[in-house]
Amino acid sequence: MLLLGFDTATPAVTVALHDGEQVLAQVATVDAHRHAELLAPAIAKVIADAGAEREDLTAIAVGVGPGPYTGLRVGVVTARVLGTALGIPVYGVCTLDVVAAGAIAAGTVTGAGGGEFLVATDARRREVYWARYDPAGQRLAGPGVARPDQVEGRDVPVAGEGARLYPDLLPAGREPVYPAAGDLCGIVAGSLAHSASEGPVPGGTVSPGAGALATGTGLLPPEPLYLRRPDAREPGARKRVSPSCAS
Amino acid sequence: MTGPLVLGIETSCDETGAGIVRGRELLANEIASSVAEHARFGGVVPEVASRAHLEAMVPAVDRAMERAGIKPGDIDAVAVTAGPGLAGALLVGVAAAKAYAYALGKPLYGVNHLAAHIAVDQLEHGPLPEPGIALLVSGGHSSLLLVPDVTGDVQPLGATIDDAAGEAYDKVARVLGMPFPGGPPIDRAAAEGDAGAIRFPRGKYHDGTLDFSFAGLKTAVARWVEARQDAGEPVPTKDVAASFQEAVADVLTRKAVQACQRNGVTDLLIGGGVAANSRLRSMAAERCASAGIRLRIPRPGLCTDNGAMVAALGAQIVSRGLPPSPLGLPADSSLPVTDVVVR
Repeated sequence: MLLLGFDTATPAVTVALHDGEQVLAQVATVDAHRHAELLAPAIAKVIADAGAEREDLTAIAVGVGPGPYTGLRVGVVTARVLGTALGIPVYGVCTLDVVAAGAIAAGTVTGAGGGEFLVATDARRREVYWARYDPAGQRLAGPGVARPDQVEGRDVPVAGEGARLYPDLLPAGREPVYPAAGDLCGIVAGSLAHSASEGPVPGGTVSPGAGALATGTGLLPPEPLYLRRPDAREPGARKRVSPSCAS
Repeated sequence: MTGPLVLGIETSCDETGAGIVRGRELLANEIASSVAEHARFGGVVPEVASRAHLEAMVPAVDRAMERAGIKPGDIDAVAVTAGPGLAGALLVGVAAAKAYAYALGKPLYGVNHLAAHIAVDQLEHGPLPEPGIALLVSGGHSSLLLVPDVTGDVQPLGATIDDAAGEAYDKVARVLGMPFPGGPPIDRAAAEGDAGAIRFPRGKYHDGTLDFSFAGLKTAVARWVEARQDAGEPVPTKDVAASFQEAVADVLTRKAVQACQRNGVTDLLIGGGVAANSRLRSMAAERCASAGIRLRIPRPGLCTDNGAMVAALGAQIVSRGLPPSPLGLPADSSLPVTDVVVR
């Protein structure tokens, strides 16, 4: 297995190559405004760093958000195109699950008497994308989008950028701040191993929920989790350009 | 005919375009438009357009490959609109083009949307005259350009100082109770109206520049219509449409002919969505004929935004042996027209 994974749903552009057992190469850059510029060179770099060829890839893993839309779309369209052009499957993973996996791996949210924890990332407009996890990393609630003071049970440890942005409202901030593509690849590799008997659906998607993970998360189709409708209002009556006539 | 086989991707506004060209031969031109999703908002909503691009991208390219009868590995290069356009919309196409180029191991060319509107005419009318004058008119642009070489030397002569011509069509359509986009319904209504019924103002008509202004015209139409409504009189919609359209075509063609004469150029090319307008086409033909100027206008399907125009420009750039763009290519929503290839 040679898995290329990336996530662009947060200010970080993170890319990793994974052989099913371990991360072979990984790069990450934090720059909220340059996802499209950074992603393709980073993909080329991790493949070159690992001494691999693009034709060797066996699957693509992509973070599908939730996250601010423009960056998120860069990752999802890149994954879909690579999948179709190379003829390999594409698996989506909730970006918040990637942060949760990173927090569990780093031991930042599961100390003595470890309980539930949250992941919160920046949704802009003074809101966060959030999800709630049990100590094993099973997602219990979310993903959702809410004002930080509206997130239920927010006194638990909180991984992700949300706690850094709103320390007064989400006081128990924990590492990591951003998702890491190595953790994303790990989720997909684990899920594929667990569901080997069922077999992944080729052609770019798996059915949501297929192949439940040890961490309790599942693989998703490569569709963005926008969680909000586009901002657009139907226009009201046209405004006059002439002065109104008194009547 | 031979030449480089190029995939062109266009996502600068609300059309997802995937075109395939071999040299100057058009092989496929697949377009998925989100215009129907924008109609009720009275204009293109960027986030709606960007979401639609993401969903349409891979299917559009797949259809283009199938229509052209080629496999992805046959492609020699990938060209993509790098700007100008809606930032979020451009990024979908740029990211997709990079992924195709990288996966297929082929060079990437990030190109200028306006230059592509010029280059597309080669698919229909053969090699471009060098130099030529180009009038590009659409919902987002109204520009006069001197084009010694569409692959590298495009010089701005004039542009709108306020609304684009197509934007004026959309706004006047709203005044007249017609749907978005306004070009086709106004053109249809105008066909049955009297173009001389109302003398609407021609902005910057006598100012000696090659710039345009359509905001005043749009406002004049609205005032005229409101005055009829206030007086309780019926609005002669067809006459208003025809008179408005006459004013737009008059000022566009007058300045286009002036641009040719001032630069000693005898070839005019008109492109962009408004070039599909019937009165602009007929008036340009009349005025070019009397001024001794050869006129080229691509068929309407190549005038509106599409992927073939990007592929056509890309193929010419490849043919000239020009260097490609890096994988770090940015999208630039305000890319200057002088930057034909982004490196």
